[in-house]
Amino acid sequence: MKFKARTFDDAPNVLEIENLTVRLSGNEKAAPVLDGVSLTIRQGETVCLVGESGSGKSVTSLSVMGLLPRGALEATGGRIGLEGRNLLELGPQAMRDMRAQKISMIFQEPMTALNPVMRVGEQIEEVLNTHTKLSAREKKARVLDIMNQVHLPDVERIYRSYPHQLSGGQRQRIMIAMALILEPQLLIADEPTTALDVTTQQQILSLIAELQEKHGTAVLFITHDMGVVAEIADTVHVMKLGRIVEHAPVEELLRRPREEYTRQLLQAVPSLTPRAARDTPEGAPVLSVNSLQKIYGAHGVFKRTEPTKAATDVNFTIPRGRTLGIVGESGSGKSTVARCIMRLIDPTKGEIRVADQEIATLSRRALRPLRRHIQIVFQDPFRSLNPRWTIGRSLVEGPLNMGTDRKAALERARELLKLVGLPDDAVDRYPHQFSGGQRQRIAIARAIAMEPDVLVADEAVSALDVSVQAQVLDLLDELQKKLGIAILFITHDLRVAAQICDEVVVMQHGRVVEHDSAANVLAAPKHAYTRALIEAAPGRQWDFANFRELESV
Amino acid sequence: MLGYITRRILAVIPVMTIVAIFVFLLLRLTPGDPAAIIAGDMATPAQLERIRTSLGLADPLHEQFITWVGLLLQGELGTSLISSTPVTQMIGQRIWPTVNIAVLTILLSVLIAVPMGVLAAWRHRTWVDYAVMTFSVLGFSIPVFVIGYIFIKIFSIELRWFPVQGYVAPSEDFGKFLSRAILPCLTLATIYVALIARMTRASMLEVLGEDYIRTARAKGVKETVVLFRHALSNAAVPIMTIIGTGFALLIGGVVVTESVFNIPGIGRLTVDAILARDYPVIQGMILLTSGLYVLINLLIDLSYTFFDPRIRY
Repeated sequence: MKFKARTFDDAPNVLEIENLTVRLSGNEKAAPVLDGVSLTIRQGETVCLVGESGSGKSVTSLSVMGLLPRGALEATGGRIGLEGRNLLELGPQAMRDMRAQKISMIFQEPMTALNPVMRVGEQIEEVLNTHTKLSAREKKARVLDIMNQVHLPDVERIYRSYPHQLSGGQRQRIMIAMALILEPQLLIADEPTTALDVTTQQQILSLIAELQEKHGTAVLFITHDMGVVAEIADTVHVMKLGRIVEHAPVEELLRRPREEYTRQLLQAVPSLTPRAARDTPEGAPVLSVNSLQKIYGAHGVFKRTEPTKAATDVNFTIPRGRTLGIVGESGSGKSTVARCIMRLIDPTKGEIRVADQEIATLSRRALRPLRRHIQIVFQDPFRSLNPRWTIGRSLVEGPLNMGTDRKAALERARELLKLVGLPDDAVDRYPHQFSGGQRQRIAIARAIAMEPDVLVADEAVSALDVSVQAQVLDLLDELQKKLGIAILFITHDLRVAAQICDEVVVMQHGRVVEHDSAANVLAAPKHAYTRALIEAAPGRQWDFANFRELESV
Repeated sequence: MLGYITRRILAVIPVMTIVAIFVFLLLRLTPGDPAAIIAGDMATPAQLERIRTSLGLADPLHEQFITWVGLLLQGELGTSLISSTPVTQMIGQRIWPTVNIAVLTILLSVLIAVPMGVLAAWRHRTWVDYAVMTFSVLGFSIPVFVIGYIFIKIFSIELRWFPVQGYVAPSEDFGKFLSRAILPCLTLATIYVALIARMTRASMLEVLGEDYIRTARAKGVKETVVLFRHALSNAAVPIMTIIGTGFALLIGGVVVTESVFNIPGIGRLTVDAILARDYPVIQGMILLTSGLYVLINLLIDLSYTFFDPRIRY
């Protein structure tokens, strides 16, 4: 693993945050959201700010931009120095002048960060309209130039496009173009690649590095992904509960972390080394999928659109008590397969056998009693529980539908909550009283309540912090041992797949390109796409949990 | 897009057919002999007979319907029983005052309500927001005729700014039109201001929480530009819906205001026709208002594509 080892001793400071304190507005008693944060970024340097959700990373960056939500958070102490001025003392107009000219920011969700009803060219041009007095022709030329610099294809066409006509990667390039068009001294990137596929992430990271090199920009990069940190950081600051607990040059921090918290964070990073092989249990598989196909948009009276093949010729089986992963990027068809198997959508062709029963063509009514055999856990724990229902009500709904007596179902619900590591009095509480990880445990309990043969986990740990992710993965593994459920694990994250899967199916453009044991897929990938996926995984030569290089690579 | 418009226009046919059947049966299913009701208590048998033939009431029901629809398709709505003028001509004379009042009312409402709603959302949970919401509740709850008379009392009788009643066509004298139309329009506007301001506020509150608003602020864009260019254009679709529905309701619901302010529009025409049991006029009015509703709804739906490029039919 080659870390960045540039020195910045001679470089001037661009940003100096000293003792910054941010509190909830009008609440002096509550613990501060940021508690004495100090941080310096020098010209051309990339500083990574890492920590779990709620640690104060984003609040720090929004403080620098002067964009703390009004009436909710306010900076009550400290100094944010830029060019010898204290940003906290600037008036609204002076602060607006700093934005885009001196400091810029790009955000996590390229899907929502652009105005959907404005052409992207106009959105970039708006920066020039706001801060310069160039002629219309000069402005257009500047915009096309920066669009070329961020390597967008066919810039004249994209200039006139709306955000929804572009891919996630292209939108993030537009955001970067917007942020860098006036060559600010500081770029703040708040999880800019978290929502992107690994291969796109790699491109965006190298684009930021390239432009940083070219313009000498200082970068404050906020992330929770240690792999990304290893690839791009010069210096790393670790945040926990509104404080910076440790900071060091990247290699120092990854090799010799001083703080216990930093060690925990690093140890939670799943490794790319596949789990030890388990032997295949005997007996017929509990889930078998045969020549599954799903085509969208082939019908319609007035419209004649080209049908989209979301999944073609998908075959696999899962034996009892084993886990099969489907890995692929967005649009690869992995979620389509999961939804077909759940019969949330109807497959166009093919066979799905669950517990020896063909379900692909059954009517909704005939399917209902069979639903209990196969249950699903979704990605976003914040939206997959009804916020107005108690946990108990959510947990017993399925069993009640299947004819279980209410008292027995509630009794079972308490047991299940204990099984997934939550207190049994949680039955009377509501979803908002739980953290993301806890809610995902509840979602798992709800699925298990039906005593399914197969559990489908659709990106079930993707929205969680790494430490929580590790706990939920352990929970799934434990439940599998206890209950013998087969798990179909849908993920875009190879590290996660390596941790939990016995077999891995790699999908691209609706087709299976590789299907083998996890060990073979990860260690000896045969298909070029699988290799590209593995190579794009950031920090893949580093064994984070053991603070050293990976030996096998 | 063109296909969508064609489909929507074709969909008008069943809707209007159902309306036509109702309108047709309105007269025929009235209990008792419609001719007797129309002619009144003092009619002679000869008069009754004449009315029956003129309405074609002697033929079987389905034949009556076919004849009636045939005439309808030629734009023939029948003749008023009272004044013996064609219904189309009567509506044609009276519709412009109503449309003019409705357009002015909606314009006033939008100009007052949208900035109010934007301001309330921008200053969410401050006194500005509370003031707008209080006004909105008042606007909903005070009946139109009460507001109308209060306005006449204050602005016409006490302050003597505007005439009490009457109507002058804008083509004749625009100034006189405005001075006479402003009070009825303000009266009508209160409820729509309340409605549109509320909808604007709700829609803006949602949009102001979006990521692209943060992006716009991060570019250093002025707050007014953030609000009106970035936020309002994204909040426009629900606001447009409420404005369109409001306009359609206005055309149909001007009965009270036109009576209070003595405006010779279709509202008064309807009231007069109902009081005089002038069935052909009532039928014509129902057909007209339902037709307008359908048309305005179509226009609203098409306007969405203008505000949001993601909506394509």
